[in-house]
Amino acid sequence: MQFSESWLREWINPDIDTDTLVAQLTMAGLEVDSVTAAGQYFSGVIIAEVRSVEPHPDADKLRVCQVFNGTDLFQVVCGAANVAAGQKVAYASLGALLGKEFKIKKAKLRGVESFGMICSAEELGLAEQSDGIMVLPAEAELGIDIRKFLALDDSLIEVDLTPNRGDCLSIAGIAREVGVLNNLQVTAPSIDTVAPQIDETFPISLESPQHCPRYLGRVLKNINPDVQSPQWLQERLRRSGIKSIDPVVDVTNLVIMELGQPMHAFDYEKLEGGINVRLAANKEKLTLLDGKEVELSPDTLVIADSKKALAIAGVMGGLDSSVQAYTSHIFLESAFFTPQCIAGKARSYGLQTDAAHRFERGVDFNLPRQAMERATTLLLEIVGGEAGPVIEEVQSLPEDKTVALRAERISRILGITMSAEQVESILTGLGLTLINKDAESWTFAVPSWRFDIAIEEDLVEELARIFGYDNLPVTEPLSRFSLKPQVEARVGLPTIRERLTALGYQEVITYSFVDKKLELLLGAAETDLLPLANPISQDMSVMRTSLWPGLLGTLQYNHHRQQNRVRIFESGLVFSNRNNNIEQISKVASILWGSQFPEQWGEQGTPVDFFSMKGDLESLLGLTLEEQGFSFIADTHPALQPGQTARVVRGEKTIGWLGALASSAQQHIDINGKVYLMELDLEAVAEARLPVYQELSRFPSVRRDLAVIVDVAQQTGEIQLAIKEKAGELLSEIVIFDVYQGQNIEKTKKSLAIGLTFQHPSRTLTDEEINSIINNCINVLEAQFNAELRM
Amino acid sequence: MENLDALTSDALQAIEQAQDIPGLEQLRVQYLGKKGSLTDLLKGLGKLDPSERPQAGASINAAKVQVQDALEARKLTLSAAAEVTQQKAEAVDVTLPGRRQSSGGLHPVTRTLQRIESIFATAGFDVVQGPEIEDDYHNFEALNIPAHHPARAMHDTFYFDSGLLLRTHTSTVQVRVMEEGEAPFRFICPGRVYRCDSDLTHTPMFHQVEGMLVDEHATMADLKGLLVEFLQVFFEADLEVRFRPSYFPFTEPSAEMDVQCVSCKGEGCRVCSHTGWLEVGGCGMVHPNVLRSSNIDSEKFTGFAFGMGVDRLAMLRYQINDLRLLFDNDLRFLRQFSEGQGV
Repeated sequence: MQFSESWLREWINPDIDTDTLVAQLTMAGLEVDSVTAAGQYFSGVIIAEVRSVEPHPDADKLRVCQVFNGTDLFQVVCGAANVAAGQKVAYASLGALLGKEFKIKKAKLRGVESFGMICSAEELGLAEQSDGIMVLPAEAELGIDIRKFLALDDSLIEVDLTPNRGDCLSIAGIAREVGVLNNLQVTAPSIDTVAPQIDETFPISLESPQHCPRYLGRVLKNINPDVQSPQWLQERLRRSGIKSIDPVVDVTNLVIMELGQPMHAFDYEKLEGGINVRLAANKEKLTLLDGKEVELSPDTLVIADSKKALAIAGVMGGLDSSVQAYTSHIFLESAFFTPQCIAGKARSYGLQTDAAHRFERGVDFNLPRQAMERATTLLLEIVGGEAGPVIEEVQSLPEDKTVALRAERISRILGITMSAEQVESILTGLGLTLINKDAESWTFAVPSWRFDIAIEEDLVEELARIFGYDNLPVTEPLSRFSLKPQVEARVGLPTIRERLTALGYQEVITYSFVDKKLELLLGAAETDLLPLANPISQDMSVMRTSLWPGLLGTLQYNHHRQQNRVRIFESGLVFSNRNNNIEQISKVASILWGSQFPEQWGEQGTPVDFFSMKGDLESLLGLTLEEQGFSFIADTHPALQPGQTARVVRGEKTIGWLGALASSAQQHIDINGKVYLMELDLEAVAEARLPVYQELSRFPSVRRDLAVIVDVAQQTGEIQLAIKEKAGELLSEIVIFDVYQGQNIEKTKKSLAIGLTFQHPSRTLTDEEINSIINNCINVLEAQFNAELRM
Repeated sequence: MENLDALTSDALQAIEQAQDIPGLEQLRVQYLGKKGSLTDLLKGLGKLDPSERPQAGASINAAKVQVQDALEARKLTLSAAAEVTQQKAEAVDVTLPGRRQSSGGLHPVTRTLQRIESIFATAGFDVVQGPEIEDDYHNFEALNIPAHHPARAMHDTFYFDSGLLLRTHTSTVQVRVMEEGEAPFRFICPGRVYRCDSDLTHTPMFHQVEGMLVDEHATMADLKGLLVEFLQVFFEADLEVRFRPSYFPFTEPSAEMDVQCVSCKGEGCRVCSHTGWLEVGGCGMVHPNVLRSSNIDSEKFTGFAFGMGVDRLAMLRYQINDLRLLFDNDLRFLRQFSEGQGV
């Protein structure tokens, strides 16, 4: 909400400057977003009177005016159609500055000399656009600086109010706060009761009093529809960030700003029978002020007459019953609609109005009459007419709230003790009424404008707020001291991250919502996807079912920025919809692309391959100290290239995938060179083994190497497994130290060189023992894998 | 014995001229070996007159020692020279870069989160995690934000057709922890949160860390104490911190906390929009309704909760001037947190 400081100071004028006032508001929870000057820069513009207006001899649209500033007469050529003798105007004399650059000088317009300029509101930055010059009230004193006359040396203060403080959405509300903060009385302008001049009334019935417990109406007849809003009213609204429209709307807008009560004016002649405040009928339609026709939902409260809905209560009026340029009889509404009734309504129709903004936060239910009298007074002043009596219907108003407060609770929550005087002075200053008290507690009645106060803690907050959060002490929490369980045999995410960064991977953080096309391309099932109902864009429309889309996007992004080598990883949740059961699983994934090592001397720039990725993955699995519990199974995956795809299994359970990116996805991200990916279920690698020491053998180990020729397609893993089984416990290490295809080997074959190390815990092994084991192994390899021993 | 003198001088000369260890060995064999010349002379002693033997023997032995010493000395010289030659051959250009894999590193947000976690760990705070797809109850209802509450408008929520949503704050984890455990509590919950908002200063996903302490003696003064201390420890600076009244439906009283601008120390600069202050989070005393909805006796226990924007803390800490950099994942940006600044 934006308001003018000078307006506020009419209500309450503490002896502090703008900066201090602003700081006070912010520190009281009414956060000031900005402070701007009320008027744009100009100088040398004074009030003058147009003495005469003559046509320009050579131009139809120009007039030659004689302008009197109180002492001298000046000739001014003016192009505005509305200039007329006798007007008080804003006269920019020679040397005046309009803005920092534009200086008024003597000029000749079509041969006629002009000494200055008569300004429009637009030229002074007082209106977005003007039709003609600005005409000032007749009583304006000649020669006075217009800045002074319009009190332009004023600040516009924009406060960002939290939703609980609907009571501060008015000058009255802000003034109340400033009063308590400075221990001053607020001087509200007096509001007189307008005695009815006519008897005309219009019946009101409340069909839904739980939504609208109070409704006031008043008929105003014979207003003058041709009058414009006076300058002061337009200016006051402008400084509140509200556009001037016509006197009736302007007055209701002024009242909303001044007192916080939203009001509405109907064209009285369009109303039939009587006002009925009711819920909308099934499929009832209404064309709103903005011209939009809406179908009303049955939980929408409407203001209707005996025939039709006229307005959405507390949100927006209807077009048909609105006040028009020719309207001379109006019906004024001032009502209380409950926050529960209005909450969310405006938004549900795609609307946002000042009225709804206030009603859904809570408007003082004792305010409508005051507002009605204030608006009537102003309207009679501006547009004339005769007012009828106020008609009021009241049913089931909210009950008066009382809240008990214990002194002990203040110190429990705030960590300070407050004197009884302090407590009472703050709370009564805020408008609460002390009903009851004893040595340790009080009972306060909550004023009708404070919808946010219902429980003891609310009062404690008010005390803290006015006392000043900054004045609360700063202490260290007392807490019990206890040690917490720490499972050691567990590989946590930090350990995984540490290992990956040590392996040269850079961590990235990508959005959890990704492009649906990419998800599908990488193999997600359409039914598993969780699309957002309101995505920010198409390429961020479904939740990721894998970390790969984000990593591939990052790869592409960096590829486009001249990176030729990418090693990245990410960890986080992935999401899928499994039979209407939402799974959110922690994963870690990485991507490799480019050369195995960064460019450096002594390296040939060998590109990464399947085994680069597998080695890094094995290094992660090794963190569990149970690497042998994992296996890699050749398999297929829609995102991965057949033949270079492995499923990672722990025990029986699939816990991850690794492989080369499939060509379809590779084309999608438009990148050359093989891309390798892996993804692991974090929970599945978390379970680790606690290291347990095993006796070191004091006896020498024996190494034997085997070279066997097998089919190219033969999986080495099976051979290793067979050897392990056959070799038994004495085998302490097995290593594949060469895989060879090429010269001297048939094309369909490959040669594997296997190093076997044997050791006995308590004695030296004999050649015979080893030979026998080796022979057994060879026999198995020959029998099971058709292996041929290479000599 | 002229023979001996000539022989000795020949030997010494030959040794002096020997160019390598094998040549030297050859000379050793030639003079001192079993069939060496000097050995032969010793063997010939028997042919001498017994009276001459002692003196001759002594001379020969002296010559032998002389040759032996020369051999040793020459050997030392030669092997020292050989080592130097080898060292020369093996010399490397120590200014050439070392052979290595590239360095990886953590994302600055992770780095910041780890720092936050370790700081709170020193005060005994656990780290807990929660789901990111949440239900309305945990994101709003249980936090005292009923349907149609105006506070919901402050959260631009991402929804799924089922009515589930992406959590808009990590406060959801508060509720889950309190539901499952027993007071007292002391924990933080860091993580991703989502709001349907994207512009220069907002990304639709960002990070928060929520913290909570529920105990028999937890006051707002304690909350201030903890957070002031945290911010000073985090920034390693004696910064001022201020608390302003604010509104969160799940805390009462509620506060917004500002830290003195880390860039200008409160003088006013671009980073703090010339206010001297930086908003870093919200906090407050846990609303009794929230305690009650988790079956905690709000008469016995009080508590406080706080939430901070991790991305913002990271930006302030590392002087990152554009939020979007954090999620672009430009490697040139990320490497600044693992490898330094390049050339």
